[in-house]
Amino acid sequence: MNKMPKWADVALIPAINLLLALAVSALVIAYIGENPVQAMKIMIKGAVGSAYGWGYTLYYATNFIFTGLAVAVAFHARLFNIGGEGQAMLGGLGVALVCLALPWPHWTLALPAAVVGGALFGAAWAAIPAYLQAKRGSHIVITTIMFNFIASALLVYLLNNVLKVPGSMAPETPRFIEGARLPTAYDFGAWLGFTRSAPLNVAFFVALACCVGVWFLIWRTRLGYEIRAFGQSEPAAVYAGIQPVKITVIAMLISGGLAGLMGVNAVQGEAERLIIDSVQGAGFVGIAVALMGRSHPVGVLIAAVLFGALYQGGAELEFEIPAISREMIVVIQALVILFTGALDNMVRAPVARLFSGFGKGAA
Amino acid sequence: MTFMKTLFGAGTALTLSMTAALAEPGLIIDLGGKFDKSFNESAYNGAQRWLKDSGGAYKETELQSEAQREQSMRRMAESGANPVVVLGFANASTLEKVAPDYPETMFTIVDMVVDQPNVQSVVFKEHEGSYLVGVLAAMASESNVVSFVGGMDVPLISKFACGYAQGVKAVKPDAKVIVNMTGTTPTAWNDPVKGGELTRAQISQGSDVVYAAAGGTGIGVLQTAADEGILSIGVDSNQNHLHPGKVLTSMVKRVDNAVYEAFDTFEKGEFTPGIKVMGLNNGGVGWALDDNNEPLITESMMATLEETQGRIISGDIVVHDYTTDSSCPAF
Repeated sequence: MNKMPKWADVALIPAINLLLALAVSALVIAYIGENPVQAMKIMIKGAVGSAYGWGYTLYYATNFIFTGLAVAVAFHARLFNIGGEGQAMLGGLGVALVCLALPWPHWTLALPAAVVGGALFGAAWAAIPAYLQAKRGSHIVITTIMFNFIASALLVYLLNNVLKVPGSMAPETPRFIEGARLPTAYDFGAWLGFTRSAPLNVAFFVALACCVGVWFLIWRTRLGYEIRAFGQSEPAAVYAGIQPVKITVIAMLISGGLAGLMGVNAVQGEAERLIIDSVQGAGFVGIAVALMGRSHPVGVLIAAVLFGALYQGGAELEFEIPAISREMIVVIQALVILFTGALDNMVRAPVARLFSGFGKGAA
Repeated sequence: MTFMKTLFGAGTALTLSMTAALAEPGLIIDLGGKFDKSFNESAYNGAQRWLKDSGGAYKETELQSEAQREQSMRRMAESGANPVVVLGFANASTLEKVAPDYPETMFTIVDMVVDQPNVQSVVFKEHEGSYLVGVLAAMASESNVVSFVGGMDVPLISKFACGYAQGVKAVKPDAKVIVNMTGTTPTAWNDPVKGGELTRAQISQGSDVVYAAAGGTGIGVLQTAADEGILSIGVDSNQNHLHPGKVLTSMVKRVDNAVYEAFDTFEKGEFTPGIKVMGLNNGGVGWALDDNNEPLITESMMATLEETQGRIISGDIVVHDYTTDSSCPAF
C-alpha cells in the first residue's frame, strides 16, 4: 500500500472513482432512454461552459468548501462530524441575526461581523455534541445527526413565530438592507463576463482564506499537531500529555464554526434573507468532499469545485432534458459520493497492487 | 462606415428575429409536484391546453426545494422564455429581486401581488368560491358539523377557511365549523398522511363534510373521507373524479386560465402587467358540477347555489376577505 506514489493517491484514484461513477450514471441514463453522451455534454457545458455556469458552480463550491473543511478538521481528530447540516443552518441563523441587528452602512463592516456571527452559532451548535462525546462518551455520530433535526425544527419555529415579516405568508426573514448585502461576481468580476444572475459572491474569498487557515492550523501550529496526534492514536497522545477532552471540544468547535460560515455565502451572499432549507444538503455533501479531498484543504477545494460543477450541471441537465427528473440528478450525485467515498478501497487495493507489481518489475 | 452600419444593422435584425423565435413561454411548477391533482396540476393543464390550441412549445421546470427558486427563475429568464409564469405566494420575495434584472422578460405570479413594471399579478377571490361550497356543505351536512383542512398556515389559506365558514353559517347559523391546518412550512402542501389523520380527528368530532384546501395534502383528506363514508370538497382543480359519488364538489380556482391567458395574451401582444383579479364574476373561481357528483346535488341545492352566486356577483352578498384585516366574522 505504501508503495503507491503520492500523485496516484491524490489524483489517480479519485479520477478513477469519478470515471466509474460517471460510467454507471451513463448506464442509468441510457436505461431510461436518453442519450448519455448528450447528457454528459449538457452537464459539463452547463457547469463550466459559460460565465453563468461558473457563477453557480463556484457558488455551490463555496458552500462545499466550508462544510468540507468542517468535516476535514474533525476527521484529523478522528471525529466524524456529520452535523454539518445543522451547524450550517444555525450558522445561517447567526449570520441573519447579525445582518438584521444593525443598520449596516457598508458590506465591509457587515461581512466580518457576519463571519463572527455564523462561526459562533455554528460552533455553539457543535459544542453540545462535543461536550457529550468528550465527557460522557456519547457517540458523536449519533449526537450530531440528532442535532441536525433539532436545528431544523428550531429554524422552522423561529422563522414562523419570531423572524417572519408580519403579515407575510412565506416563512422567511425580511431582506437584508443594502449595506449588509455582499458584492456578487457581477460587482467584482463583470469583466470576466459574470452577469447579475451569478450568485457567486465575496464569500468565495472567505472560503479560500479558510482553506489557507485550516492548512496553517493543522500543519503549522501546536494545536494542529495535537489534533493530528490525537487522531492518530489517543493513548499515544495522552502519553504525550495531550488532553483528550480539550482536543475533542476544540476540534469540534472549529469544525462547527467552519460549517456555520456557510451561512455567509448562502444566507448573506445569495438569498439576502434567511429561508427554510438554505443549506440544501451541503452539510452532507461536505462529508463526501472531505473524503474525496483526503481531508487536505487543497483536496477539499478541488473536490468542492467538482461537486459544485455536479450540482450546477445537474440543475442544467434537468432543465434541458425534462425526461431526466430531479431524482435522476440525485442518483448521479449519489453515485459519485458512493464511488469516491464508500467504495474508495475497491479501487485503491487493486491500484496499489498494480503499483507494487510495477515496483517489483522495475527492481 | 456604411458597411459597418449595414453589418451592425444585419446583426441587430438577426438578434431580434432570433429572440422572437426563441420566445417560448415558461412555467415553473411549484413545490408539491406537477401532478398534485390540485394547484400545480391546474397550472400544468392550462399550459397543456395552450400547447394544443396554439401548436407552440413552452419550457417547464419543477422546483424541488425552497432554495432553488431564484436559480430556476433566473435560468428560465436567461433561457429567453417569455413570459415566465411562477406559481404561489412563496415566489413573491424572490420575484421582487429577480424581475428588475430582466426588464425585457414578462413575469406572471399567481396568488400574490408583486409591484414591478414587468410583473403581472394574478389573484383570486378564493373567499367567494369557498363561500359557495360552504353553502353547499351546510345543506349536505346532517350532523351540523363540517370541517376544513388547510395546507400551510398562512393568511391565504385562512381566506379559504373564512369564506367557507361564512357560507356554512349563512345557511345554518348554529352549525359548527372545525378548522385545522396541516403545518407551518411548505412541506404542509404535500403531506397526505397528516391530511388523512386530521380528517379522521374531525370525523370523530362529528364532521360529515370536509373541505380540503391543502394542495397535495388534500389527496389524503379526500381518500380518508371516502374511506370513512363522509363527503369531501376538493380544491383548485376539479377533484370530483377522484372518488366518484363521494366528493360533494370542488372549489375550482382557475389557475389553468391564468396560465393559459398569460401565454395566450403574450403571443398576441396583449399581455398587460399589473394586478388581475379573478373572481366569480369572470370565471376565476367557482364550483364543479359533473357526472361524478351530479347525484349528490339536489334541485334545491342547485337553486340555492345559483341564487347565491348571482347575489355575490351583483354585490348583494359581500363575502369577507380574511387577508384584508386578518380576522374572520364567522370563526
